Amino acid sequence: MRKPLLDIQDLTVEFATRHGTVTAVQRVDLQLHKGETLGIVGESGSGKSVTSYALLRILDRAGRIASGSIVFGGVDIGGATERTMGEMRGRELSMIFQNPRAALNPIRAVGRQIEDVMIQHGLATRGNARAKAIQTLEAVKIRDAEQRYHAYPFELSGGMCQRIVIAIALACRPQLLVADEPTTGLDVTTQKAVMDLIVELAAERQMATLLITHDLGLAASYCDRIVVMEKGKIVESATTEQLFARPRHPYTQRLMRATPRLDAQVSDLLPLDDSRRVIPSQRPAGPPLLEVEQLVKTFGKRDSADAVRAVDSLSFTVHEGESLGLVGESGCGKSTTSAMVMRLLDPTSGSLRFAGTDLATIPAKAFARHPLRSQLQMVFQDPTDSLNPRWSARRSIADPLMRLGKLSRQDRYRRVEELAERVGLPGELLDRFPHQLSGGQKARVGIARAIALNPRLLILDEPTAALDVSVQAVVLNLLVKLREELNMSYLFISHDLNVVRLLCDRVMVMQAGQIVEEGPTARLLSEPAHPYTRSLLEAIPHPPAMPATLPPPLKESA
Amino acid sequence: MTTLTADGASPLAGVRRFLRHLLYVMTDNPMTAFAFMLFLLIVGAALVGPWLVPYDPLATNAGSTLQPPSWQHWFGTDQLGRDVFSRVVVATRLDLMIAVSAVAIAFVIGSTLGAIAGFYGGWAERITGRCMDTIMAFPLFVLAMGIVAAAGNTVENIIYATAIINLPFYARMARTEVAVRRNAGFVQAARLSGNADWRILAFQIFPNSLPPMMVQISLNMGWAILNAAGLSFIGLGVIPPTPEWGIMVAEGANYIISGHWWLALFPGLALMLAVFTFNLLGDGLRDLVDPQRRT
Repeated sequence: MRKPLLDIQDLTVEFATRHGTVTAVQRVDLQLHKGETLGIVGESGSGKSVTSYALLRILDRAGRIASGSIVFGGVDIGGATERTMGEMRGRELSMIFQNPRAALNPIRAVGRQIEDVMIQHGLATRGNARAKAIQTLEAVKIRDAEQRYHAYPFELSGGMCQRIVIAIALACRPQLLVADEPTTGLDVTTQKAVMDLIVELAAERQMATLLITHDLGLAASYCDRIVVMEKGKIVESATTEQLFARPRHPYTQRLMRATPRLDAQVSDLLPLDDSRRVIPSQRPAGPPLLEVEQLVKTFGKRDSADAVRAVDSLSFTVHEGESLGLVGESGCGKSTTSAMVMRLLDPTSGSLRFAGTDLATIPAKAFARHPLRSQLQMVFQDPTDSLNPRWSARRSIADPLMRLGKLSRQDRYRRVEELAERVGLPGELLDRFPHQLSGGQKARVGIARAIALNPRLLILDEPTAALDVSVQAVVLNLLVKLREELNMSYLFISHDLNVVRLLCDRVMVMQAGQIVEEGPTARLLSEPAHPYTRSLLEAIPHPPAMPATLPPPLKESA
Repeated sequence: MTTLTADGASPLAGVRRFLRHLLYVMTDNPMTAFAFMLFLLIVGAALVGPWLVPYDPLATNAGSTLQPPSWQHWFGTDQLGRDVFSRVVVATRLDLMIAVSAVAIAFVIGSTLGAIAGFYGGWAERITGRCMDTIMAFPLFVLAMGIVAAAGNTVENIIYATAIINLPFYARMARTEVAVRRNAGFVQAARLSGNADWRILAFQIFPNSLPPMMVQISLNMGWAILNAAGLSFIGLGVIPPTPEWGIMVAEGANYIISGHWWLALFPGLALMLAVFTFNLLGDGLRDLVDPQRRT
């Protein structure tokens, strides 16, 4: 067998923290050959990023490689001097980071940033660097490369920024590219374009790629081999076909199950013996609850040339007990729409009739104390950002009850406990602060707060986007259960059609402030009429279908 | 700290949690523990100093003028035979009082103005911003001198002058800290919960902006002490024979040439120790009020 390009043996990485040493990566073995694409899949805290940081020797100061060896192209990375590493990084080993905007220098033109890395590694001189940088920009398929050379990162979209980052990473033709969640935070169509580009460039240059992701579907579409990590250990390693045909480790099986796929029901995301499984029942839609008519929001001066119509003559209806999905990519106006419906933002024109009252006539400022305030609530996208860091979970959940609920102190206390139980938050966690809770627990606190006042309409703004898939599976089941128990209507906002399908009766697809297609979920996703809907559907990476029968799981020690 | 006690939890539990956290912050960083000890020493001197000192700080004694430090007079005596040690200890109260009042006024007014400017933006922000710029445009110490000279030589005027020159720091800091949180998720959530704007600002955004301001308060305390002493040194503000570190250094400076170094040295050291303590204390205070550190 030929010698691997990258050979990681028995790698253990430890972090020194206040509470003693924490082992982030434990006895990891990895081999990567030239031209191969290896996916490392795992949820947050699985050690997948730390492995790649160790490989580039960019662990932060508290972290150290405790044991094991990393050999890359014959060079022992663990024992290399900082100077050797400086030469290797960018030239032999490159990395693409999760947030492209944070990875670029905001005050330097992007072309200059590409030049910097080439000059640093002696692959270009001041004289020819410009031409080479433009060539590189063309290689990552940036149109008008000559003009874009002078652009600053803030002038470019997220997808464009990620292309620039790729251009910088590949400028020196490295042999190994490490991509750490390269498309998280990008739209699905952009994600597809970026991933296709990475794979195409890698094939063209015979480059090895290490793709780190939490998305099994993405890994399945682009990787030759997949390694599954859990809690710092590799639990399973196989070729992509093998892994999906015969997932052997229980964790892999759980992960595969939790990844939403085309044929799944919301209950399929959880194992059969999980008590949190919910099988949704078909319910007839009631009378209209919210009627939105000709809703318009214009930013900038009215009637001026640079005014932007973020939401353009939007009309839709949410019925009582119905769950309506609103799907679109970033910048399509879906967040603006939800802010207007929630009465956090005043519309430019149009009407919002909620249970017979036109809310658009009540200014957003005055709505805070309006009797209808309690009927309209929202679950936010980022569970961390939406909780006051100085308040315990109990205080956060109690806040709407204190302001709008007319309960005595004891009743309020009981109500908070009851809400926590309803959303599956253990009572002893109620006195913790947000930074002491996990992502899923914070999401539950946010949901408990939103349903505290028994709202009739709940807006869910990508409530699971920041969560791991296995947590997402639990939260989605919880949301289905709550809707049935409390008879709420949902307006579910998401960019992920797979998730929308699980939760919604009807879906609207939004593009550039307008609704381009609307219909019952099943029909819209199986026979999309509008080309934009089709392109959205095609861009979603699908994990291969679940094998009908899973092989008996190995013992946990495997 | 009331916002930290959970709804329904007994106040005693809150106090106990705070004390446990205090102990943790102390043991985590010995420098902080050292600074807190010095701080307690200074506060103690300010509170009970006048009853502990061996001599009346104002009593002159023509028989023992300009005595070097000895067992009778630890820090020696001055040109009128007053005990320097007693005067240094007694002066702590006045200097600390000036600094605490000045910083408190500056913090309350400055951070309120800044928080309003940061939260509402628009005209509120423009007017506050320009006013603060105007104050900052002056050399600050000269401005303080001008205020005291114009308003009259009293302790209150030193306090007001010191407060005014400290205002812009709090206003600017509060404005930035509030502005970055203006559209945070928890603020939106608070609106949905039916909180009025002022309530969100006062109970949700403002407490979250406190940690960096605590550092500023502590650094400013040192600076305010120095400022008050500086004003007295040049003859503005506190009037002799009141014991005050600035005046004592000023008076003692005349005697350094003739070899009576202790007159200026000991009040100077006290001043240095106070400033040093407050600067060290800053980091510890931040740890104390930062919820991320409460584990």
